[in-house]
This record gives sequence, C-alpha cells and structure tokens, in this order.
Amino acid sequence: MFKKNLLLLIGVIILAILPLLFLQDAEFGGADGEAEEAITEIVTHYEPWFSAIWEPPSGEIESLLFVLQGVIGALIIGYFIGFMRGKHTKDHAKH
Amino acid sequence: MKQLLPKLAYFGIILLFIPKQAHAMHIMEGFLPIGWAIFWFALCLPFLMKGFKVIRVIVKENPESKLLLALSGAFTFVLSALKIPSVTGSCSHPTGVGLGSILFGPFVMSVLGSIVLLFQSILLAHGGLTTLGANIFSMAIVGPFIAVGVFKLATQWGLSFSIAVFLAAMLGDFGTYVMTSVQLALAFPSEVGGILGSFQKFASIFALTQIPLAISEGLLTVMIMNFLQKYNMKELVQLRILKAKES
Repeated sequence: MFKKNLLLLIGVIILAILPLLFLQDAEFGGADGEAEEAITEIVTHYEPWFSAIWEPPSGEIESLLFVLQGVIGALIIGYFIGFMRGKHTKDHAKH
Repeated sequence: MKQLLPKLAYFGIILLFIPKQAHAMHIMEGFLPIGWAIFWFALCLPFLMKGFKVIRVIVKENPESKLLLALSGAFTFVLSALKIPSVTGSCSHPTGVGLGSILFGPFVMSVLGSIVLLFQSILLAHGGLTTLGANIFSMAIVGPFIAVGVFKLATQWGLSFSIAVFLAAMLGDFGTYVMTSVQLALAFPSEVGGILGSFQKFASIFALTQIPLAISEGLLTVMIMNFLQKYNMKELVQLRILKAKES
C-alpha cells in the first residue's frame, strides 16, 4: 500500500508542477475577475447586488485562513490514520 | 447516446482551443440575480434535510462511523484549501467530495460540503452567501451524485475498486465545475449564442482549469481509500462498499 500511495502522490505532484514548468509567464494568480469579466461581457452593466460581509484585510490574512482550513482538515486526517494504525496493531497483537 | 458522444467530443476539442486565464472557483458573491439565488437555495433544501436525516441514522446505527464521517469532512476541508496551478495558467482547487460520497452516499456529502462552503464564504470571501445555494448545488449535490453514480456503474462493469474510486472522484469534481458553468449560463445567456454560447464561455473558464485538478483529486481519493482498505475493512463492509468477498 505504501508504495502504491507514494506513486499516486508523485503523480499529483507532477500534475501540479507541469503547468509551472510549461507556462513560465503565466500569472497563476487570483485572476478572480475572470468569470466576472465574462459576465460583464455578456451583461454590460451587471452590478453585483451584494458584497462579502467580511473580506480578509490582506492577502496575508487570507493565506493564514486558507492554511488554517488545511491544517484543521489535515489534523483530523492525521489523527484518524494514527488511530486506525494503532487499533490495527493492537488487534493483531492479540491473535 | 451514440449521437451525443461525437457532440461532446467536438465540444471538448472546441474548449481546448479557447485558452483563457482564469481563477476557477465558485460563483462570486452578488454575481447571481436574486431570482436564481433563491431558486438554487430552494432546490438544495430537500437534499440537505435528507442529508441530516441520513447522518443521524448512520451515527445511531453505527457509532464507529463517526470517525469516518469526520474523515470525509476533513478531506473536503483540506482539498478545498489546496489551490493548485493548472494548464490554463491559473489556479483552482479540488472539492474532495468524492470520498464521502462513495463511503456514505451523496446526501451526507451535501451537508458536509455545505459546511465547507459556508466557512469559505464567511471567512475567506470565497464564493458567497447569496450564491451559497448555487454553489452547494454544484459542489455538494451534483458532484456527489455524479461520484456515486460513476462508482456504481464502474463497479457493475467489473472495474477494480481503485479505478472505480478514481473515476468517481475525478468525474464528480469535474462535474461540479461544469454545473457551475451551466448555472452561470442560465443566469447570463449571451445575446449572440444564447445559453449555449454563454456556457462555452464559462466552461472555458471553470471546466478547463479543473481537468488536471480533477485527475489529482482522483489520485488523492484513491490514496485515502487504499489506506482505509488496509486498516478499516470491517467498517467499509458494514457500509456495504466492498463486497465481503474482497475482505
């Protein structure tokens, strides 16, 4: 299982790196406006009728919150994996 | 069906020739006319109600599965936070709803996915509260249903467990963003090409960026499933995922 998963992980990493290698001058950014632009191309005077209640005051704060989101999830996954492995070893030690 | 395939292939090829820079994500706050916003909310409600019911039953019948529920939610949390570069020269993130859908069925993921979307719209200004209904429908309803459907079909066709999981997670992810494009096309039909013209425009932004990410999501979901298969056989069999003969 470990070897299989390592291969899969390498696949994921390669998929993420390839665009970076081949699209040297791309922005890879929050060109968040892209869909908005498309909308305003279609409906020239579309005004969003509601804006976010709260926005992260800066890119730094936003990345903090994204990291927190990832960390919370990763903590639970890590706990789960450890718990399962431990249980598994214990159960097998009895036999 | 036979006539549909060439059309789809043709459409896919057309998409490839419309390179665009985009930051694919959910529908932004305030960018759905109020009628559509209410429509998608209303459409989501029955799914969410059913989802809460199913979760209650699962937890009651099988308390051990609480951990697996937490894992499914956590997986979506992590994958939604990963902004990965894509072929369009921009970034997007996977959805992570495939795992929970395969384990617990689509309705459970409707609830868990909604929690993630709510978190992101309130704290990250990612997506939005007015567009929450539409985003729940695409990521937490359409995605999971596609994943479950694909998983069942693939299993029926006798494909291996890993391949079935991969296809389910990948197509569920991709389907989410196709749905997002459909929602935007319905709300903003273009004067020239109508709804279809708009759909091409939005799909070139959302769906194209998502292709490599959907593949990544498939691979990551298979990784977690491999682990579950090794250490968690009993529970998976209880959830009727794997046939007992495989354990």
